[in-house]
This record gives sequence, C-alpha cells and structure tokens, in this order.
Amino acid sequence: MSEYVFLYRSSESSQREAMGTPQRAQQSMEKWRAWLNDLAARGHVKNPGLPLERSGKVVSGKQRLVTDGPFAEKDVVGGFTLIEARDVAQAAELAGGCPVLEGGGHVEVRPVLKMEL
Amino acid sequence: MLPDEHLFRREAGRMVSALTRMLGVRNLALAEDAVQDAFCRAMEVWKFGGLPDNPSAWLMATARNRALDLLRRERGEQALAPELGRLREVGVAQDCDPEEPLEDDQLRMMFSCCHPRLPEEAQIALVLQILCGFGVAEIAAAFLDSPAAVEKRLVRAKKVLAGSTRLFDLAQPAELRERLPAVQRALYLLFNEGYHGACSESAVRVELTDEALRLARLLLVHPQAGTPAAHALAALMCLHAARMPGRYDSAGEPCPLFEQDRSRWNARLLSEGLELLDRAATGDELSEYHLEAGIAAVHAAARRPEETRWAEIVPLYDALLGIRPSPVVALGRAIAIAELEGAERGLAELRTIEGRERLSAYPFYPAAFGEFELRAGRPAAAREHFRRARALARNPAERSFLEQRLLDCEGGLAADERGASSGR
Repeated sequence: MSEYVFLYRSSESSQREAMGTPQRAQQSMEKWRAWLNDLAARGHVKNPGLPLERSGKVVSGKQRLVTDGPFAEKDVVGGFTLIEARDVAQAAELAGGCPVLEGGGHVEVRPVLKMEL
Repeated sequence: MLPDEHLFRREAGRMVSALTRMLGVRNLALAEDAVQDAFCRAMEVWKFGGLPDNPSAWLMATARNRALDLLRRERGEQALAPELGRLREVGVAQDCDPEEPLEDDQLRMMFSCCHPRLPEEAQIALVLQILCGFGVAEIAAAFLDSPAAVEKRLVRAKKVLAGSTRLFDLAQPAELRERLPAVQRALYLLFNEGYHGACSESAVRVELTDEALRLARLLLVHPQAGTPAAHALAALMCLHAARMPGRYDSAGEPCPLFEQDRSRWNARLLSEGLELLDRAATGDELSEYHLEAGIAAVHAAARRPEETRWAEIVPLYDALLGIRPSPVVALGRAIAIAELEGAERGLAELRTIEGRERLSAYPFYPAAFGEFELRAGRPAAAREHFRRARALARNPAERSFLEQRLLDCEGGLAADERGASSGR
C-alpha cells in the first residue's frame, strides 16, 4: 500500500452553488460524509484530514513579501485527506467518488514520497 | 448522518428569526448572510470530522459570531454597542438551552412576514424563505413560478419588512389579533400548495405540508395565537396530512380518496387531528378551518368509503360556502351531493356553480363531470369531459390518473357496444 494526499480544489462560486440553500448545504455535507465514511470502511483513509479557510496570507520570495491570498475566486485548496491505496491508479479511482467533482471542482491525487529506498 | 435530513432547513428559520430579533429587522439580510455562512462552515468542518454533540447549538453560536464579524466589518466596533450587547446576552442563554427562546422568535417572524401591506403570495414566499429555509429555486419549483419572479417578489417584500421599524411585538394583543387571520391564511395556503398544488415532485409537497403543520403547531403554544380557529387549522392539516401515505398506490400512481387503502393512513396524525378539533370547539367561533377540519374528520371516521356519512358532509359544505364562497368549495359540495343524492343531482350542481369560469383551467372540474356521467351510464359523454380534463393536467401524476379514467370510459363504451350487438 502507498500513501496519497487528496487535495480538494474548487472555486468559491462552485462552492456557493453547492450550498445555495440550507437543504443543499446539508445534502452536500451528507454526501461528503458518506463518501469519506465509505473510504474509511474500506480501509483507505489514513487520516481524514482537515478543512482549510479559503484565504489567508501568501509569503513570497526572498523578500518575504506578505500578501493576502490565495484569491478566493480561483480554484483553491479547501481541504485534504491522507489516503492509502494500492497504486496511483486505484487512488485516482477512489477520488472519482468525491462530491467536489459534482460542483465542477477537482481532486489532486499526489503520491507521498517514500522515505525508504 | 444527522438525525433529521431537514435539520439545516429547520434551523435556518430559527436562527434567522433569533438573529433578526437581536439585530432588528433592518438587519434581516445580514442575519440571513450570517446563517448561510454558518451552514457553509458547518459543512466544511463536519464533513471531515464528526458532528458536534449539539449541532443546533453549534450552528446558532457560529451564526451569532459570524453576525458579529459582519457587523464589525460594516460599521466598526464603536457603533455597535447596543446590538453587540444583545447578541452576547442571548449568546449565553443560547449555550444553556438552545430550544427555549427561539419558538417565540419564529412566531414573531411569522407575524412579521404576514405584514398587512404585502400580498398573500409575497407573505407565503417570505415564510418559506425566512422561516422554512427554502431557496428561491425551491420556492419557484413549488409554485411553478420562475425563479426571477420569486426573487423579485422577495426583494420587494423584504423592503416593506425592513421599513417596519421593529419586529412585530407579540406583547401587543390588539395587533396580534389583527394579524392572526393573515398568518392563519398564509399557513393554510402553504399547506394547500403542498397538498393540492401543481408541483409534481411529491418530496417538495411533503416538505411544504410538513412545514405548514410545524408552524401551525407553533401558533398553538402561544396563549393569544392559539385561538380555536388556530386549533381548527392545525386539526385540518393533521387530518389531511394523515391521508398522504394513501394518496399514491404501491406503483406510485395517484389514488383518489374513495379508492385509497385507508389502513395506510397515519393513525397518529388522525388522532392528533381529532383531538385538536375537539379543542377547537371550545369557543363560539366557527371558522372556515373548523368546517374543513369537520369534513376531513367525517372522512377519517369512515373505515371504508361506503361508510362515509355524506349527510353530515353536505351541511358542512353549505356552511363553508357561506363563509368562503369559492368555486372550488362549491365543487367539493357538488361531489358530496352526488354521493348523497346521485350522479344526476351532482351534474345539476356542477352546472350551476357560481364563478365556474374560474375553474376553467382546473382539471378536476371537467373530471367531476366525467365521473358523474360515467356513473350515470353515459361513457361517451364522460370520455369527452375526461379528455378535456387531461388537456388541463398540471403534472404527470394528474395526467396518468386521468388516462386511467379515460380507459374506464373505453371499457364502458365497449360494454355498451357488446350490449347493443347482443341485443340486436
């Protein structure tokens, strides 16, 4: 088994759309919970991860320039999960069930570099 | 999973009402934003972790904090003294008991939405959005209206609301009495939209009736709002809602009252309805809701359709027509008369309904003609009426019901022909 990080990316407008009404917000949440619970039940979730605020600060370059960002309108990472899967193909397949996709978002599937050789 | 699939929607009404009381009606939009943000936050946080022990209290606390943030951003810290004080105060009470102070807030909001300067459809749209947490698209779907039209109606209505300097104060008995009929009427229409409405999605309709009943029950808790008429209103909702499980057969086809499997009716709602109707009989007031609930109670008392005591139903319709003259009520009365005195009498009543031109787009008017003609043994005439009804059907369920009636007519015609040829 190898480890992968799922990075959930979506734009603010698609996120707003996903929860335009209380009912939709709840349905969207239930979908996420069902999906993550299912992955966990099948032994794929190493760590369910955490949600992230959509904006904060960006520190850049040698000057340590501090700016606001990332800009909420762009696709930003809204959270992550640490996943265990056989290979990257299986990890990608697991990501296919993620509710963020329904709102036009993306899941980045990134293998965690292994320490051992 | 949350215990209630509509938790967010229900909480929305409570939260917006509570925040609006603390911040004043002019901050209604801000309260709505804060509540929406609280849901966003809940969804982001809860989807990765578990749910908090008390989701309702968590949501309310989050919305309150968010409202503070928004106010601060809008005006700066100093200008906020009074609102901040109130928000913090209630915040503490909130943590002790998430249920207690909110019921009255919702009642207040209900009375505010039924502002006398607003047309009924705007009042209902407001109730649905603010108290029931429906989105514009959901309201539009329920009323077969365009989202743009609903949006416009809501924007206008909220302007009127914001212009009323304070939330309706429940401590003013005179004002309360004055607005109570409008509130009852709005809840009644909300229920009817769910029960008889044109929207084809049964899930939407069940939600509308559930919400109307929930709000009607809230009225009963308040000493001044819980009048006999309010009890009768809640009774009629219970008695009708009890029949909803029987309105569709196992194949999902709509099933008229007289063909329903009455064992599927909800016994708990039936007995609640009958009990409420008893309690509605305490005063000397006889409202239209008493009469409608009375009719529903007679139906509920009949274990089989043949046992329906039509002789009790007809005078109730007569009285109802006296209080609320309407062609739809007259249609109900004509059907009851046909049951009591036969199809020909029913047809005569149908032809003389006052204001019948207003039924011209209502599929069940021609369908009633079809029904009585069929019973009178004239399937050819019945077929014409059912065809007209089918052309007016407002959703697939109505259409399929009327298709079935047309097939019954064809069956009757075939039998006639067989009869004619064998008699030759």
